[in-house]
Amino acid sequence: MSYLSINNIEVIYDHVILVLKGVSLQVPQGKIVALLGANGAGKSTTLKSISNLLRAERGDVTKGSVEFKGSRIDQLTPADLVRQGVIQVMEGRHCFGHLSIEENLLTGAYTRSQSRAELKDSLDKVYAYFPRLKTRRSSQAGYTSGGEQQMCAIGRALMAKPEMILLDEPSMGLAPQIVEEIFEIVKDLNSKENVSFLLAEQNTMVALRYADFGYILENGRVVMEGEAADLRTNEDVKEFYLGLSSEGRKSFREVKHYRRRKRWLS
Amino acid sequence: MQFFIEVLVGGLLSGVMYALVALGFVLIYKASGVFNFAQGAMVFFAALTFVGFQEVLPGWLGMAADSSIVFWLAFLLAFLAMIVLGVATERIVLRPLVNQPHITLFMATIGLTYVIEGIAQMTWGATVRGLDLGIVDEPIAWLMDNYEIGISKFDLFAAGVAASLVALLALLFQYTKVGRALRAVADDHQAALSIGIPLQTIWRVVWAVAGFVALVAGMIWGARNGVQFALTFTALKALPVLILGGFTSVPGAIVGGLIIGASEKLAEVYVGPFVGGGIEGWFPYMLALAFLLVRPEGLFGEKHIDRV
Repeated sequence: MSYLSINNIEVIYDHVILVLKGVSLQVPQGKIVALLGANGAGKSTTLKSISNLLRAERGDVTKGSVEFKGSRIDQLTPADLVRQGVIQVMEGRHCFGHLSIEENLLTGAYTRSQSRAELKDSLDKVYAYFPRLKTRRSSQAGYTSGGEQQMCAIGRALMAKPEMILLDEPSMGLAPQIVEEIFEIVKDLNSKENVSFLLAEQNTMVALRYADFGYILENGRVVMEGEAADLRTNEDVKEFYLGLSSEGRKSFREVKHYRRRKRWLS
Repeated sequence: MQFFIEVLVGGLLSGVMYALVALGFVLIYKASGVFNFAQGAMVFFAALTFVGFQEVLPGWLGMAADSSIVFWLAFLLAFLAMIVLGVATERIVLRPLVNQPHITLFMATIGLTYVIEGIAQMTWGATVRGLDLGIVDEPIAWLMDNYEIGISKFDLFAAGVAASLVALLALLFQYTKVGRALRAVADDHQAALSIGIPLQTIWRVVWAVAGFVALVAGMIWGARNGVQFALTFTALKALPVLILGGFTSVPGAIVGGLIIGASEKLAEVYVGPFVGGGIEGWFPYMLALAFLLVRPEGLFGEKHIDRV
């Protein structure tokens, strides 16, 4: 029995748009699993079908099941799910712009009933992971930088004491250095706090470096899966997602797009 | 000088009455980003329900109509009715419209206005009723005797009620967990949902609180002008107050109310004669219009934060 498992789910938006066509994946406890793919492949939809935020977007899981620690979670409300320890950090950060950074973090503890002292402890812990948030604790989140907002969003999720974080596109719109910094913290949280991660990313290179396992999604289907190290050396992945080919670097002028066929399409 | 003070204070106090109605708007706008067009109807509904219960309760309980038990029981029942109304609104109108554009929700509240007005009049009838809070609308004798300034006891009482209500709500929003969650929901529905804030509960709380504010506003306005359909138009008076004070600020509603109240009375008395009078009715709207050009978010409203 695995920790989080998605079994053959199909997702339809607005009763007509078929987005996921039978996706199955597993996240083992204490691991980082990367969900890779291009725009519109269905990464975010997969995450939202786990966290049940889908219904608010008029999407529906029409087939398959989602199980967390052996019990089905696809009928729970997002709030119940957060209480069970699964929380999503949404794409594009979604901090509460008019609340200060500290207030943002405090809202993350909404589902937990804890004393003032415990709350203070959780805050201090988040500040220990993200020292930069501490220096900006009283500024309105809307006026902080993109990197700080991403940290705020992750920190806010941490306040709910999750076992598993669904992290959607943390690298979006951030400088490579900040991306590196954020992934380091993810790795840290994973090893020190034993938080499992399911990570949707377009930045395949970075994601595969930090993840243990990876799935590649294309057009709403899982087309490839494997250990992150294996995926990194796979010829197809290298060519189509990492921009490397067996001949090394090459000029795009000479690229003929039909030269190589994705093997999984055959 | 005495006359000026009398006009000014009278204006400020009537401004507080506007603020009371504006408060209901602010609450719902803060928590759901919706301009609740039905607020005026809610004021009407609340006042009518209160008066209605006041009429039928003595018969049911076999008590005298002026006993304080009847008064408080009617108040409690009217508040309960407002809670039921709030919960029903959340279930029937808001829940199916999660994540829809704000304008959709706004349109839905316009529809809601008619439903609420209809229910209120269907249940209690459409006759104009009086409402007695036991406070007479006459000048305070002491001020009148010593300074010759006429300030109504009733106005002062209304101001006191409004001030305490505002203080209470400001504290609720700023310092409690639920208040924080309310502000979070106002900023971003989806994000609030994603960190486990149950939108439904928050909305129910907000509509119930707005219902309570509507009840208080309805009782005070009703005591002043009689409980009648015209109560729904108090909402229109709240508009310039909101624009001035800011749609998202509880203290803004009160400050906006004071400014509007004072300026409309002063304008009527000191500017009115030059233009033939009768400017009290439109002056606040002109003021709000001018204000919109200078500071569209209002005095205390939240600035639109855009990352560029």
